Amino acid sequence: MKLELRGITKRFGSFTANDSIDLVVEPGEIHSLLGENGAGKSTLMNVLYGLLQPDEGQVVIDGERVHFDGPGDAVAAGIGMVHQHFMLVPVFTVAENVMLGYEYTKGGQFLDHAAARQQVRRLSERFGFDVDPDALVEDIPVGVQQRVEIIKALARDAKVLILDEPTAVLTPQETDELIAIMRELKQSGTSIVFITHKLREVRAVADRITVIRRGKVVGTADPGTSEAELASMMVGRTVQLTVDKQPFAPKGEVLQVEDLSVRDDLGRTVVDGVSLDVRGGEIVAIAGVQGNGQTELVEAIVGLGEDISGSIRLQGKQILGLNAKEIIDLGVGYVPEDRSHDGLIESFTVAENLVLSQHDRAPFGSGLLYHPAKVKARANELVGEFDVRTQGVEATAGSLSGGNQQKVVVAREMSRPLKLFVASQPTRGVDVGSIEFLHNRIVAERDHGSAVLLVSTELDEVLALADRIAVMYRGRVVGVVDGDTPRDVLGLMMAGVPEQDARRQAAEQGPTALTVQDEEARQ
Amino acid sequence: MSVTTDRIPEKTPDAPGEPTSATRRRGWAGDVLITVLSIVLALVVGAVLIAVADPRVQETASYFFARPLDMLQAAGSSVANAYAALFKGAIFDYGAETTTAAIRPITESLVFASPLVVAGLAVGLAFRAGLFNIGAEGQIILGAIGAAYVGFAWELPLVVHMVLALVAAMLLGGLWAGIAGFLKARTGAHEVITTIMLNYIARFLLAFLLSTTAFQRPGRNDPISPQVDSTAMLPQMLGSWSRLHLGLLVAIAAGFGVWWLLNRSTLGFKLRAVGANPFASRTAGIDVGWSTFAAMAIAGSLAGLAGAFQIIGTERSLTGGVSAGIGFDAITVALLGRGNPFGIVLAGFLFGALKAGGVTMQARTGTPIDLVFVVQSLIVLFIAAPPLVRAIFRIRAQGAGSMQVSKGWNA
Amino acid sequence: MSTATRERLPESSTIQQGPLRKPPTWKSPIIMGVLGVVALLAFGLASNAGDTSTFGMSTGAQRLQIPALVLPTRPAAIVLSVLCLVLAAVAAAAVRVKRPVPLAVPIGFAALWLLAFLVWSMAGEQVPLPGLLGGTLLLSVPLVFGALSGVLCERSGVINIAIEGQLLAGAFASALMASVTDSLWIGLVMAPVAGLLVAVLLAMFTIKYVVDQIIVGVVLNVLVVGLTGFLYGRVLVQNADVFNQPGTFSRIPIPGLIEIPVLGPALFNQTIIVYLMYVAVIVTQVALFRTKWGLRVRAVGEHPKAADTVGIKVNRIRVQNVLLGGVVAGFGGAFFTLGSVGAFGREMTAGQGFIALAAMIFGRWSPVGALFAALLFGFANQLQGTLGALGSPIPSEFMLMAPYLATIFAVAGVVGRVRAPAADGQPYTKA
Ligand SMILES: Nc1ncnc2c1ncn2[C@@H]1O[C@H](COP(=O)(O)OP(=O)(O)O)[C@@H](O)[C@H]1O
Ligand SMILES: [Mg+2]
Repeated sequence: MKLELRGITKRFGSFTANDSIDLVVEPGEIHSLLGENGAGKSTLMNVLYGLLQPDEGQVVIDGERVHFDGPGDAVAAGIGMVHQHFMLVPVFTVAENVMLGYEYTKGGQFLDHAAARQQVRRLSERFGFDVDPDALVEDIPVGVQQRVEIIKALARDAKVLILDEPTAVLTPQETDELIAIMRELKQSGTSIVFITHKLREVRAVADRITVIRRGKVVGTADPGTSEAELASMMVGRTVQLTVDKQPFAPKGEVLQVEDLSVRDDLGRTVVDGVSLDVRGGEIVAIAGVQGNGQTELVEAIVGLGEDISGSIRLQGKQILGLNAKEIIDLGVGYVPEDRSHDGLIESFTVAENLVLSQHDRAPFGSGLLYHPAKVKARANELVGEFDVRTQGVEATAGSLSGGNQQKVVVAREMSRPLKLFVASQPTRGVDVGSIEFLHNRIVAERDHGSAVLLVSTELDEVLALADRIAVMYRGRVVGVVDGDTPRDVLGLMMAGVPEQDARRQAAEQGPTALTVQDEEARQ
Repeated sequence: MSVTTDRIPEKTPDAPGEPTSATRRRGWAGDVLITVLSIVLALVVGAVLIAVADPRVQETASYFFARPLDMLQAAGSSVANAYAALFKGAIFDYGAETTTAAIRPITESLVFASPLVVAGLAVGLAFRAGLFNIGAEGQIILGAIGAAYVGFAWELPLVVHMVLALVAAMLLGGLWAGIAGFLKARTGAHEVITTIMLNYIARFLLAFLLSTTAFQRPGRNDPISPQVDSTAMLPQMLGSWSRLHLGLLVAIAAGFGVWWLLNRSTLGFKLRAVGANPFASRTAGIDVGWSTFAAMAIAGSLAGLAGAFQIIGTERSLTGGVSAGIGFDAITVALLGRGNPFGIVLAGFLFGALKAGGVTMQARTGTPIDLVFVVQSLIVLFIAAPPLVRAIFRIRAQGAGSMQVSKGWNA
Repeated sequence: MSTATRERLPESSTIQQGPLRKPPTWKSPIIMGVLGVVALLAFGLASNAGDTSTFGMSTGAQRLQIPALVLPTRPAAIVLSVLCLVLAAVAAAAVRVKRPVPLAVPIGFAALWLLAFLVWSMAGEQVPLPGLLGGTLLLSVPLVFGALSGVLCERSGVINIAIEGQLLAGAFASALMASVTDSLWIGLVMAPVAGLLVAVLLAMFTIKYVVDQIIVGVVLNVLVVGLTGFLYGRVLVQNADVFNQPGTFSRIPIPGLIEIPVLGPALFNQTIIVYLMYVAVIVTQVALFRTKWGLRVRAVGEHPKAADTVGIKVNRIRVQNVLLGGVVAGFGGAFFTLGSVGAFGREMTAGQGFIALAAMIFGRWSPVGALFAALLFGFANQLQGTLGALGSPIPSEFMLMAPYLATIFAVAGVVGRVRAPAADGQPYTKA
């Protein structure tokens, strides 16, 4: 099946997320869609999948124009999609999820669970998946959930399979497995649209690459194109992956975490005996695939966790057991990973957001009294200092772009003297200009003498900022290594391989598919 | 509003009275327009009901095709009579013989409005803190119990007695709502469910108390308490020709108080923050559970005040029907006032007037007062869905969208 | 205290280690133990040694007559309490070995405990059991219909606070239409139509205009109270023999089944409305959990976007279910008039719609669960009436409070947490 998108334009209000995009997917090819966060990749695929209606443009299949009123039509036309956020009903079993919307029935309307199970088993066997059709989706790991999504698409006879950022939740090794699956699907004639913003994966698997930036196609490339070239196409200028920073001169211990364990509300251990320390004037980055305990570790440190054991000391003082307020007052700044969920109140003004944690502290509040005029004055200063682009401090935070929202959060947290600055995914979904600004501020905070704990799933960010790197896997720290550790060693460690083994394997076995830098070596 | 916020609507609930920058600038006039049109529409629907249910109209309708004017006349006069009676009962009785009788209706409206305003504030304040307080009814009952008990069981000097009755009402009302706040904070139990349940529990508790010797009036078998002492009564403000009592001023002061609390106090900042985004509030070190409890407790004490007005303002003794549905009216008052304290005061006046007028309308024209419920609920439905009103009147979109407060049982 | 436990996106779901299901807590064995001890002390040991409790076992409608059961109050209550404690021990044993407590244990516990209570409260009295159970059933009929309406709506993700209004509308329409047409059957058909009209408003405002679902429900209740009250005062009262004298359905004993001891006369000597209730519960239960339609409905209520991506029309299903719910609740409204009282009265549903909501929650959003919850609430109400007539040891108001208290305990997680459909209450809009 040959799939073409012609001149697709999609607007959200006055914002154009897709600007007359053309894309051709040949039968049996793996076509990679490369673009930064927010470039408009998911939007384009949602249009193709019938979830969104395009404002202009058309979808053409095998030379014929088609119109999709909803995903049902797209599925019927042979398009399957694995969404960035999985579309599985957590309280249903795997089999129920696979048949939803495409039910096997007996006696007219009654569900035929046996047939659905059979189908799941058949497809699992064919691709070597280990999926139990009767398991509840909420009980299975993310990697398996992804396979359920793939089975779901295949059970509906997808000829074109769209994978939207499938590797965001996978370790490099799991990613390799996924790549193998993609190749196998290609063998059996399925075309694949593979969406990512990670250059290495694209070069490892794609037959053709289309790069989009700010809603527009900026070019196509073949897999031989160098990473640097792809990167500059993606962001529009030569990217500066390293930040200028002074050699680090650590001072005394600021944060000492010892044997810290955290259990979630189902009683599972999600942080498992972690020990870690951060000194003043140094940036320690926690690397790892999303969902390996980083979030819970950080929340424990800033006083937001529950069911924690072990010890957390700030300049020698035990802070485990203190609440968030007390920890803030001790000089800990925190940028949460989900900005609009945990960092900001979108319906509040920029000014109010800038004092969210300080509203009852002088000069903004005294006792029960709150002083809006003082809040406004301070907000005006901070907006200038942090270059927040806003119509004014009385505008709502929700009216700002992602990057400027993040500057508000960072400005709030850095606007008071800090001992420890904790930042989770500080540049996720932020435009390139703001990334640079934020990176520089983080380094400046370190040069001031604060201890900085950075959590990032982007290896590039980790390598650009960190003085030391702690790699987490399944709730444990696999190892703490220097800031200049090679990428493939880090990749193996992110899959749980201890440092020594990782270094040996990286040297002996040669690079994994992902770390192939040299195109000729693969062919 | 930018693209990033439109994307995830559930994260930015458009709580009533929580203006976004866009609605703040252009929406105000739009809100007023929508409100006025909603009132007009609701009255029109009410008029249709009056006409249809009128026996004379039905009679004339039977020969509509022979003499259509008859029916139109009958309909017109029945509507005109009913609404004239409503106006006379609510604002100004132009047919009355004495001046005091002529202006008595508006004072009567204010009497009805006083408890509505404070109870409306109870619901509205909770809205701003992200809580849907359906429990004003039960909180009013508890407040009435407190005020009544202090009023008839204790003997105290003039002002002290009244103040203590008010305080007792606020304490009990706050406590009752505080239960729901506490359960929400501690266990996540949804306040809509718990407050509904607490309403019924309060009602049965009241019925039980009125059968005990502590509360039942000596020598009576029916559920009624002794009269409260005159030292505990809220003073009449205009003399004996009107029932208007000090509660009105208390209610208006409460409106200012709630405005101050929300906009000029650190506690109010916390309540609003938790109402708008509990997750970000928690991250910023605000104690979400405590704020939830505080919001409910304050709301409950406002509703308790309404219960006190009923007892030491007008009724004088406690009966099973003391809450008189004010707690449910309060929800419509808060919605009409869009969660804004001054809006709520005005909405309370409007619905108080409808009630006072409704009583007169029923007495003079036989039009059941239930019509007022219809008009009230329609007003709120219309203002809750501005697109509908705009469609009916063919106005182009401006100002606020539809009303969203709650986020489902699990939120 | 924290309400702000975060919901995580699937992408950040945590790593999997150890047992996935939350281990059972000690809460329920402890509560059962305490209640068991209370039963033993209060119902058993504290009752008078000589008393007997007498339970009538048959009614005149049965051919087979069983003699009344005369129980010595004290020993019987003690035995029942001890059995309660045994079940508490079973639960404790299960928790010890970290097994989930089988559902039969708390249900059996509740039944035994209530029996102990009944034996104690009937000390020195006589009460016909079939009458008690039949009365329970009748009191729970509108609750069951209302709760089914709630289940239908909320399983698809729309909160229905307007059950009360739908019941009231059904009661009004059935009384009016049955009187005017002089046909009970036409009245019975018009009740669901009235419920449907309320549901149309609910669907229109919540789904088309995306107004807050709880607000709409609350306001619709006021609207229906106002409308029915207005028409009642203006029309029905003025001319009651034309407009408000529908009469009631008569009972249809089912031959054979009615002979079942105790249960027969309670369950199978009822009106058509009650029989249709049995059908409604079974059909809804099967349809929701065994059919294609049910799978889709539940998917829409749990994760509408996921349903959308497989081609299910989310809002169409929601509208359908809200309307269906209106029909069911409206039908239940007919019970007030055609099934029991025989005339409409102002606000005659008196908050039953809210107990129905409670029954739905207590029954964990399942039709059969709601049925049992409604029966439990009906039992409390019936017992209150019976005890009131006999001069009871407990003030009747406290018995009347029981359903509401039970619901608060349920949502507060005192007796195992209840969980609503994940997307319940959240409007679904596409960008
Ligand atoms: N439903 C929506 N409403 C408004 N803006 C949206 C919506 N969906 C996406 N956007 C915006 O469109 C842009 C592209 O988003 P998306 O397609 O998700 O990017 P990508 O998948 O490439 O990371 C972003 O700026 C995002 O904020
Ligand atoms: Mg995307």
